[in-house]
Amino acid sequence: MMIERLSQLYGAKGWLAIAIFLALVCVLMPVLYLAVPEDSPFHVSAWLITLLGKIMCYALLALAMDLVWGYAGILSLGHGLFFALGGYALGMYLMRMIGRESESGSDLPDFMVFLDWKELPWYWAGTDQFWYCALLIVLAPGLLALVFGYFAFRSRIKGVYFSIITQALTFAAMLLFFRNDTGFGGNNGFTDFKRILGFSLADPATKATLFIASGVALILALLLCRYIVTSKLGRVLTAIRDTESRVRFCGYNPLPYKLFAWTLSAMLCGIAGALYVPQVGIINPSEMSPANSIEIAIWTAVGGRGTLVGPIIGAALVNGAKSWFTVAFPEYWLYFLGLLFILVTLFLPQGMMGLAQRLRSKRNTHES
Amino acid sequence: MKHLCRYCIATLFAVWLGNAHALDATALQNLAMGDNDARITAIETLVAAGDVAALPVLQALQDGALQATPTGRLLIVTEAGVTDAVTNQPLAHAPEDASRITINNRVRRALEAALAAFKLFSSDSAKRLEAAQQLAEGDPVLLPLVKKALASERNPTVHNALELAHSGMELKSDDPQQRLAAVQTLGNSAQEATKNRLLVLLEKDGAGQFAEPDAKVRAAAEKAIAAIEQRLKVAEYAGHVFTGISLGSILLLAALGLAIVYGLMGVINMAHGELLMIGAYATYVVQNLFKTYLPQHLDLYLIAAVPVAFGVAALVGMALERGVIRHLYGRPLETLLATWGISLILIQLMRTMFGAQNVEVANPSWMTGGVTVLGSLVLPYNRIVIIVFAMLVLCLVWLALTHTRLGLHVRAVTQNRSMADCMGIPTGRTDMLAFGLGAGVAGLGGCAMSQIGNVGPELGQGYIVDSFMVVVLGGVGQIAGTVYAALGLGVMNKFLEPYWGAVLAKIMLLVFIILFIQKRPQGLFAAKGRTVEG
Amino acid sequence: MKSSYLLGIAVGNHFTRSIFTTAVVAAGITFAAAAQAADTIKVGILHSLSGTMAISETSLKDVALMTIEEINAKGGVLGKKLEAVVVDPASNWPLFAEKSRELLQKEKVAVVFGCWTSVSRKSVLPVFEELNGLLFYPVQYEGEELSQNVFYTGAAPNQQAIPAVEYLMSKDGGEAKRFFLLGTDYVYPRTTNKILRAFLKSKGVKEGDIKEIYTPFGHSDYQTIVADVKKFAAGGKTAVISTINGDSNVPFYKELSNQGVKATDIPVVAFSVGEEELRGIDAKPLVGHLAAWNYFMSLKNPENDKFIKMWKDYVKKQKLPGGDKRVTNDPMEATYVGIHMWAQAAEKAKSVEVNKVRTAMAGQTFKAPSGYELKMDEKNHHLWKPVMIGEIRPDGQFDIVWETKKTLRAQPWSPFIPGNEKKKDM
Repeated sequence: MMIERLSQLYGAKGWLAIAIFLALVCVLMPVLYLAVPEDSPFHVSAWLITLLGKIMCYALLALAMDLVWGYAGILSLGHGLFFALGGYALGMYLMRMIGRESESGSDLPDFMVFLDWKELPWYWAGTDQFWYCALLIVLAPGLLALVFGYFAFRSRIKGVYFSIITQALTFAAMLLFFRNDTGFGGNNGFTDFKRILGFSLADPATKATLFIASGVALILALLLCRYIVTSKLGRVLTAIRDTESRVRFCGYNPLPYKLFAWTLSAMLCGIAGALYVPQVGIINPSEMSPANSIEIAIWTAVGGRGTLVGPIIGAALVNGAKSWFTVAFPEYWLYFLGLLFILVTLFLPQGMMGLAQRLRSKRNTHES
Repeated sequence: MKHLCRYCIATLFAVWLGNAHALDATALQNLAMGDNDARITAIETLVAAGDVAALPVLQALQDGALQATPTGRLLIVTEAGVTDAVTNQPLAHAPEDASRITINNRVRRALEAALAAFKLFSSDSAKRLEAAQQLAEGDPVLLPLVKKALASERNPTVHNALELAHSGMELKSDDPQQRLAAVQTLGNSAQEATKNRLLVLLEKDGAGQFAEPDAKVRAAAEKAIAAIEQRLKVAEYAGHVFTGISLGSILLLAALGLAIVYGLMGVINMAHGELLMIGAYATYVVQNLFKTYLPQHLDLYLIAAVPVAFGVAALVGMALERGVIRHLYGRPLETLLATWGISLILIQLMRTMFGAQNVEVANPSWMTGGVTVLGSLVLPYNRIVIIVFAMLVLCLVWLALTHTRLGLHVRAVTQNRSMADCMGIPTGRTDMLAFGLGAGVAGLGGCAMSQIGNVGPELGQGYIVDSFMVVVLGGVGQIAGTVYAALGLGVMNKFLEPYWGAVLAKIMLLVFIILFIQKRPQGLFAAKGRTVEG
Repeated sequence: MKSSYLLGIAVGNHFTRSIFTTAVVAAGITFAAAAQAADTIKVGILHSLSGTMAISETSLKDVALMTIEEINAKGGVLGKKLEAVVVDPASNWPLFAEKSRELLQKEKVAVVFGCWTSVSRKSVLPVFEELNGLLFYPVQYEGEELSQNVFYTGAAPNQQAIPAVEYLMSKDGGEAKRFFLLGTDYVYPRTTNKILRAFLKSKGVKEGDIKEIYTPFGHSDYQTIVADVKKFAAGGKTAVISTINGDSNVPFYKELSNQGVKATDIPVVAFSVGEEELRGIDAKPLVGHLAAWNYFMSLKNPENDKFIKMWKDYVKKQKLPGGDKRVTNDPMEATYVGIHMWAQAAEKAKSVEVNKVRTAMAGQTFKAPSGYELKMDEKNHHLWKPVMIGEIRPDGQFDIVWETKKTLRAQPWSPFIPGNEKKKDM
């Protein structure tokens, strides 16, 4: 029953694509990175692996955004906060794992030694256990989203209002985390990590593992979201997106539906953040800046809202372009990026996916 | 310092006696070539010699207009020309080897004290006031001087200041009666420094003796301190209110344009901050044009900049509306993305045109400095001007929305776009003009911000979150709500800041907004109506 | 509802192609990275050209390109021309790490000149250590760090902050008794103030005569704080020690002058305000406020004249924004010195290989625009630098009112921070 339901999530071509993607991410790229010698033209550098790993984390973030924006009609301008919380949760573990190798040679993280703190604050308790931090990764953003969402949805805060208060939320959190006294390293955040679960982060094998984990997490999240949106729950969500009042008149209470999608989305963000941090090697409060959260919405829009796959492509495209532009045209890349956003919203309201669909339907009409 | 003051008196007596003679050559030599100690001695000698001829030299030294050649010849070099400081002969040009005499704060302080003595009898009451205030902590030896000035002073403000200075000196008198009188007069002061001076009287030394031996004087001092503290408290709260309103008026200027565009038209304009920035850069350009073409009227540049800032921002706004935003009506969330793109482009455009660094926009001279009220509270002119300006802009916007045809159209379109269309209102034109108005008001805001902060490509980014908060808190579609929200947030912030620090105050305000919206999802002033879906 | 459902089905079919596209793009990036010509030596320039830090860092990129042009005009290094690879990390700290990896691994640069903020340096540090790269960091900073892979050409706290405070306490500096430490809330001001607090205490300043206040990044409303400063200053001779970060300085100084605080009453000494920052402020009301640096544009010596002329010419030639109003400042000088020292070390080592250059860097000297012969310390990767204190002039330049007799050795591990006595130089 379950397996049947799962197999129906995508058609044969879709599953094939997922298989190819997994093969690329889990086998081909790691092999090219680890096994092929560096002077070979087929060698994949650590830079590319971490770049692609980072992009897959962003893609997961965009996917989470699509679940709430594309399917429940909730535009969050604060998803960066959940992402950062996940990152900080794992970051705490990574900081503890540095141990006495830090500059200060103390058991405490360097920034606490600097603040003259003699022991860990209470909210750092247990962070030397991986399982606890792994729980925190989903629970911290999840709980915050649950509480925030419960009150906001109960008060029927919608549309632009909701977007703006999520922005206020992430802005307030950013200011809070910037404070040195908050106990999360202030502006410098966490950096200079050494190892995870005993494996050195500088080790190529660890890098490849994190890369594979990001890819697998992305596909699992995609399947989960697809499962949700094709279920009855997903239909109700879509209905809420289209006209919430009618759904209410039909006897549904939108609150639990919205709350579920919202909280799940925040948890996915947390996972994305946790995968992101060991790969880029730093987490700091600027991840919570309102601008970063707006960018997440932009990736989603560029790829195409309400398509799940679209946002993944959008995130890859925008970030890939950014990576390339910042080297190729360091002084002009913002023009390209700005123009891209304007053109996409003006001419491709359904994003890249909409464009592809339009092209295909045109071809179909020609053929018939 | 003590010596200097003694010399000051000597100077003034000397001046009154009309006992002028040639300037001391060694002193001038030291002024030109000596180190700081030698220079200060030189200043003292010059003042002591009591020749008014020293005044222009000292003034030039303070203004950085005094130059010296390696041989020790002193020259006053100003825009008006070059003169020999000693002979007062005009020269065609300064010798090549002349270089400016650089002084540091210590020399500058000595100069100020020297010049203050001269200024006490100046014909300009502002200068006399400044001098009197400078003497507030003066040495008792200056007492006869202050008494003399007190006798001839007619201006009540200066008189008060002199009286305080006078009492401050009498504090060290040997006569307990005089000390008592002095303490009582000082009780009229509203200065923190005076309070501290009185507190010293109540301190005990190592042997358990009070600094002030007379118990009566001590009791009077305690009373005086209480009175000063009372006044300081009032001034402090008044200060919070003023700074709060000032911050609020900045927020209002930043948010008003957004309130029109976003509130009335339902458009989320992320490029709003960049319209502020354009207004500020327009001000900068106007300032530079004045510098180049009308340097004699430089102080008026700001007045000319106001319409220019409005016009440029309005034009940019209208171009954006026609080019991009009008295609996105009814899709508010997507306007957000497109306008974000616009904002990126505008920021980078300014970087390419004016450079990534901030540019200099100076306050016109009538906006520098401030007025002192309640004894210790300084209200800077630029803040006052901005508050007044914000109120003016507010009135104009209100008039435009309620008493013009455009305003009528805007309100009609806001309430019901399709119905307004049916009634023959040109909705497209209305949109464009309303957007232009909103953008223009943002330009005005930028013009005002150039007077208190940075003018750089990132100017707008700093205000965008704040302005959204103000609009949302005030209630969409309500100008009045925006006003209350802006002023309320400003004053709240300023009352929280002294106790919680700038960072926590800001966080608390944001949390407050989040909680407030839970209670009143439509903001302070909800648009009345029976629409089901907003 | 209906349309979105249809879209959902369409997506399933369309999914395949999208995945392929992604894969092809990825492969494209991989192969583009291959094969490099070897007749030039690549050097990386890692300064933010967009985002919040562009305001400070853009000039460093320009001055780096100018220096490279100068070196190339004289025949380059080891007979090869230098080729600058400029990237924009966009004031985004993870992007700094990614870009440095890209410079080292993909572009295979011999050395990187870059970073401004401490957090950006901390972000790239693990990358440079992992790949054994070489970074020249040109900005004054808080110390508390010493990496094999970094050469620090800016000042450590003992080369800037401490002499400045000593000056304020001296007769010439006004014999300040009370100190208002004002900064932006991040690591550089925090560390500097911690060191200064310990230093002041060692000089007998009482706890009650020191006040420490922090503001958030981008803070623009200093009304309350200036009122606070005035209140504090009523208690005795006060100096403000400002570690306010770049952009917030303008509103701070404007508020200060409009509230009538003069340098002769309460001098403000700043560690992050130089010629470049003053370009954005009307300096007339600020006359007499101080800054401590290791270089000022107003210095008169042949090296500086040459440096300024070269910069002015470069600005004109490249038509850089700002034109003849462009100035030089301390981090620009540090960039200039860093690049030249690296070139000298490469010539000495006869190689641009990191380990050899690092060895050759020890004891390297350079006659700098500051007028002094600067030396790279043999052990601690920091420059010996002179310290100068300048008072702001009405034209936005500085009058030098005090300077050290000779260059000072850097102390990256400040003796005023407990626990540092155990730490050693390399």
